[in-house]
Amino acid sequence: MQVKMKGKEPLLEISNLYASTENLTILKGVDITVKPGEIHAIMGRNGCGKSTLSKIIAGHPSYKINQGQIKFNGTNIESLEPEERAQSGIFLGFQYPIEIPGVSNLEFLRVATNARRKFLKKDELDTFEFEDLVKEKLELVKMDSAFLERSINQGFSGGEKKRNEILQMALLEPQIAILDETDSGLDIDALRIVASGIKKIANQETGTILITHYQRLLEEIKPNFVHVMANGQIIKTGGSELALELEKYGYEWTDEMNKNI
Amino acid sequence: MINENLVNNVVAEPYKYGFVTDIETEKISKGLDEGVIRLISQKKEEPKYLLDFRLNAFKKWQKMQEPDWANLGYKKIDYQDIIYYSAPKQKEKVSSLDEVDPKLLETFDKLGIPLTEQKRLTNVAVDAVFDSVSIATTYKEQLAEHGVIFCSISEAVKEHPELIEKYLGSVVPASDNYFAALNSAVFSDGSFVYIPKDVKCPMDLSSYFRINSGDSGQFERTLIIAEESSSVSYLEGCTAPMFDTNTLHAAVVELIALDNASIKYSTVQNWYAGNENGVGGIFNFVTKRGKCLGKKSKISWSQVETGSAITWKYPSCLLIGEESVGEFYSVALTNNLQKADTGTKMIHIGAKTKSTIVSKGISAGQSNNSYRGLVKMGSKANGSRNYSQCDSMLIGDQASANTFPYINSQQPNSEVEHEASTCRISEDQLFYLQSRGIEFEEAVSMMVSGFCRDVFNQLPMEFAAEADKLLALKLEGSVG
Repeated sequence: MQVKMKGKEPLLEISNLYASTENLTILKGVDITVKPGEIHAIMGRNGCGKSTLSKIIAGHPSYKINQGQIKFNGTNIESLEPEERAQSGIFLGFQYPIEIPGVSNLEFLRVATNARRKFLKKDELDTFEFEDLVKEKLELVKMDSAFLERSINQGFSGGEKKRNEILQMALLEPQIAILDETDSGLDIDALRIVASGIKKIANQETGTILITHYQRLLEEIKPNFVHVMANGQIIKTGGSELALELEKYGYEWTDEMNKNI
Repeated sequence: MINENLVNNVVAEPYKYGFVTDIETEKISKGLDEGVIRLISQKKEEPKYLLDFRLNAFKKWQKMQEPDWANLGYKKIDYQDIIYYSAPKQKEKVSSLDEVDPKLLETFDKLGIPLTEQKRLTNVAVDAVFDSVSIATTYKEQLAEHGVIFCSISEAVKEHPELIEKYLGSVVPASDNYFAALNSAVFSDGSFVYIPKDVKCPMDLSSYFRINSGDSGQFERTLIIAEESSSVSYLEGCTAPMFDTNTLHAAVVELIALDNASIKYSTVQNWYAGNENGVGGIFNFVTKRGKCLGKKSKISWSQVETGSAITWKYPSCLLIGEESVGEFYSVALTNNLQKADTGTKMIHIGAKTKSTIVSKGISAGQSNNSYRGLVKMGSKANGSRNYSQCDSMLIGDQASANTFPYINSQQPNSEVEHEASTCRISEDQLFYLQSRGIEFEEAVSMMVSGFCRDVFNQLPMEFAAEADKLLALKLEGSVG
């Protein structure tokens, strides 16, 4: 791994980011810096730009950066393909994981894991080696190995899809993970399983961004920073107590702040 | 929007089998008349019954109209501008492989079908057909020990006239359709298989068809007979060089399954498809039909169609025997300006007969891919069932897919079920795979294989791997 711990260089540095899709500007100057070992939460209403931000970091082709930049390990990633970003250690946990009929989950996970391992100059795993690894990781999210035989996310319940996302995160061992509303649609037990999985994967060398509406995920995973997003901007940043205030006062409170900007 | 150029690059791949073997050939002059048919028959030293069969077919063909109902549209074929017999020059009678022209052996080596004893495939017997003649058939003696006859049809005409006379044209009569009539008049070579009673063929049998010359048509004829309680798995592969002219290929395949017999017939068709502007390529007009004559007999067609400029092909089953079973599993991939109109006919005649149709069409570029199928329940097909599933996948926004299912039931106590779907590889699906580090090309190819999985599962194992690779190759190119 290329992680240098000296003085904790930022993993992800987003500065003055403006982005649009189909001529509609969605991000209007976002700044976030994530250093190794940090957990950030981004909260905000539907449509405030949270999901767009996560997709842009992962390289979704529908969005265009108009201004500003995203640096990962000190390098501007704008020209990188989504697969190159993933291989180098950026992970996006989807809010709505995509169903891909006919493609086996197991094969998909193996190809993805090997693409990442290749980048890290580790040996690629054959079918048997991979099965050992994946069985170990399944434990983390309490998934049954029957999931591996099915098509990617096809016919999975909401909770199963989210657990499958965390399984992918566990296999890919990203340096930075952006988890887009991983808590939505989960019952309280599933939420605990997912949260404990995330906590086990995150470590002092990785960064995590949790995008969420609710306080409840943050009760399980305590963030170092909470950012409140509205209308394409971060309007307030604070510690984990900020999430509690939001819970208490609701987003109308942030609407007021937004007006004052 | 998916980056269209990217997708188009991915689906464009150079044809690997486009080379021409430089070999001296014996060709007759272009054109078709009774004299040409007599000449072909004479060259093959055929008995009179076969010459009569040909002449009768020719008469019928002359009275027929070339069909135009298919969703194809192609340049009119000039039947007088085709050579109807072309054979590599070699010794009169080749008794062993050592006497076969090394250039021919080398050709099949290059195609991945080594024929010599040291190198030949270990678990598959091969009949190699080059233009109008069969070059060699491997494992003949070993198969003969089990009573299995596997040879070229020309040889069968001489060695097993009673079987040929009884079965040739019994499934696809000469008057069946325009291209079958043409084939019956001028067919040159092909494979013959006979599996005796109670024999399970000890290895897979396979024919490899190679068109080498640009101006001659290929008209092969295959006949497979499975006696009571016997079974066989037969594979067929085809390639041709790249020419900027169109070459006509009109084949007829007849299968006969008696009581409790089962025939599995798999094809990987990779004829030259023409270039990206639609110049050149094979015109592929094929009549394939199986007759489930016996009780509980079974005929299963599986095909992977990736080549040819034009494909017109409907491998069918006549389900005559009680409780007989017909199956059709198909993947058809078209790209650039390729056109395919393919499907099947399941004709339920006997009681409690069952058929399954699974068709997967993938269209890329500006190609057009149609499924056309007929399910017919005859008045005596009491308690019969059919299940059909026809799925289309579109890649890019200029390709098209059509489904033409025809259902005709004269039996109220039978069941016909048809499901159809069309999908497009979505940007979100591609992004999802890419966001896990999977390259764009591989992502497309994974999704295409996933789409075809139901059909690939039906192919013999070596074939399934080959088919998967072939599709991946077709979808490979320079990305970015």
